[in-house]
Amino acid sequence: MTALTLQLRASFAFVERNFNLIKRYWAWEMVWLIYSTAESLSVSFIGLGMGAISGNGAAAPQVNTGYLVLYLLIGTLVWRFLSMIFYWITDLINIERWEGTIEYTLMAPVRRLTHMAGQTVFAVVYSLFFTGIILTVTTLVFKIDLSRANIPGGVAMILSGSISFIGIGIMASSLPLLFPERGAQMTNVFIALLMLVSGVYYPVSVLPGFLRQLAVYSPATYVLEGVRLAMLENVPTHELWGFMRPVLLIGVFLVPAGLWVFAQAERYAKRTGKLHRNG
Amino acid sequence: MDAVIVNDLYKQFGKRGETLVSRLWKRASSNGKNGNGSAQGNGARPVVIAVDHVSFSVQKGEIFGVLGPNGGGKSTLIRLISTLMLPDAGHITVLGYDVVRQPMKVQERINRVSVEASFFKKLSPMENLLYGARLYGLNAGDARRQVVEILTRLGLEKRSIYSPMEEMSRGMQQKVAIARALLSRPELLLLDEPTTGLDPRSKREVQAVVREMREQYGTTIILTTHDMNEADTLCDRIAIMNSGKIIALDTPAGLKAMVSPQDGRPPTLEDVFLELTGEKLVKPEEEEP
Ligand SMILES: Nc1ncnc2c1ncn2[C@@H]1O[C@H](COP(=O)(O)OP(=O)(O)O)[C@@H](O)[C@H]1O
Ligand SMILES: [Mg+2]
Repeated sequence: MTALTLQLRASFAFVERNFNLIKRYWAWEMVWLIYSTAESLSVSFIGLGMGAISGNGAAAPQVNTGYLVLYLLIGTLVWRFLSMIFYWITDLINIERWEGTIEYTLMAPVRRLTHMAGQTVFAVVYSLFFTGIILTVTTLVFKIDLSRANIPGGVAMILSGSISFIGIGIMASSLPLLFPERGAQMTNVFIALLMLVSGVYYPVSVLPGFLRQLAVYSPATYVLEGVRLAMLENVPTHELWGFMRPVLLIGVFLVPAGLWVFAQAERYAKRTGKLHRNG
Repeated sequence: MDAVIVNDLYKQFGKRGETLVSRLWKRASSNGKNGNGSAQGNGARPVVIAVDHVSFSVQKGEIFGVLGPNGGGKSTLIRLISTLMLPDAGHITVLGYDVVRQPMKVQERINRVSVEASFFKKLSPMENLLYGARLYGLNAGDARRQVVEILTRLGLEKRSIYSPMEEMSRGMQQKVAIARALLSRPELLLLDEPTTGLDPRSKREVQAVVREMREQYGTTIILTTHDMNEADTLCDRIAIMNSGKIIALDTPAGLKAMVSPQDGRPPTLEDVFLELTGEKLVKPEEEEP
């Protein structure tokens, strides 16, 4: 058997294990799905209510509610998808530390790249599925008109963006190696800050100066803007290149950087004995 | 032929300049003097010397015991051999490969069972072991067959192979942990207190499996324990480890020959330990029920 077959099998180990975990924790996944769907719906309802809450009295016909609803919906769905990929990847170490299996996984003859690849494949596939369900429900509730939308362009944009989120995820997944107690909470800080500066529910132009400067470094900024142009303005795919290029560049930088950071963190944990809690 | 060569191995925790002082250390030191080679670091930061310039070698097919009190450094030694920790100084060679420079080569050939069973609690033994098997490159069909075979031999009911681990007793979980290690057919098996906390019957079953491994596959086994009887009956040679140091290394008979008979009865390993350290191996409060 070649080394490659071995590594491929090993990477499938993570896909299968995560799938099994979801099966066993299905009730929790259902709760999460309902929660996420409700959240996406309620954010999008802001669009419908905009006329009433604009402060101009009940009749404020200037608001194109259809446009606004889709604008918000894109924000919540793109964000859901990207942050889910992020969370699943950051769980690489965390889930196993919590279960106590981390030492067994890290002493197996598995390259870290293989390990990450398995986790990433699962993260992307599951996030697509999960977000797909929310998308279906929300489009049923808001009869959204997508006749003037460049759907393939939007999808291409999201997928390009997921690469950088994989990189950020890998980087953040090393936090629980460095900080056994708080590492997992710290990953939430990453995602909260990204959400703030990336213009999930508003254009980044409304941000105060210093936050707007940060927005330039967030891959999500480009993804959201690109997806919105495709879906709301029917901008053809080749014109989205200006948004895809920075996102892909950030991704091409972040994935190897993430792997490097992770390798350092793993070394540190093995040197200082931070892999285990007891025994 | 040596399966494991440990040469002047040294590992300490809590070096200056590293954010550490884990709860572990605090707990260990507040438990009273557990006989650890603790010293004050330069920055008044406590330093624990877990493995203190240890050297020994283990032959292929040997069952090698490491006997010592809690906090003696046994688990750290096992982790250093199993690539889960990096030594501060010294070298370890496993089946001809250096653990630091060729960790993958070592990992392919070893497996480990620790005190705590360490599984995905909601997953079944089958799901847990399948995950383990895939990590070692086994194909799923073969692995499934072997899981059932090994677990039934270890006395698990068919039904519990497919129900969540959390519903099982500790003894059962420990058997699944052993099955996980056996699945990858390791040439070197590291057993870190595999029988601690098990009832006498499970203890004997586990010991039988250990013997069988060696007899059937010629597996080399390093086993840590603070059970003197276990070490005595199972091991070809025993290293007694205290405060990170190996204070004696010999066959059980050789160790017992080091002390004179006590009140007319033949000496036990406990007597040897007492003679060498002036301390009892298992303090009354940590004696098992
Ligand atoms: N990860 C760690 N961080 C800090 N100290 C540790 C760590 N692991 C072990 N120690 C300390 O090293 C010493 C040896 O521990 P250990 O190897 O677990 O002993 P044993 O397995 O013989 O009980 C103990 O004082 C323990 O507190
Ligand atoms: Mg131990």
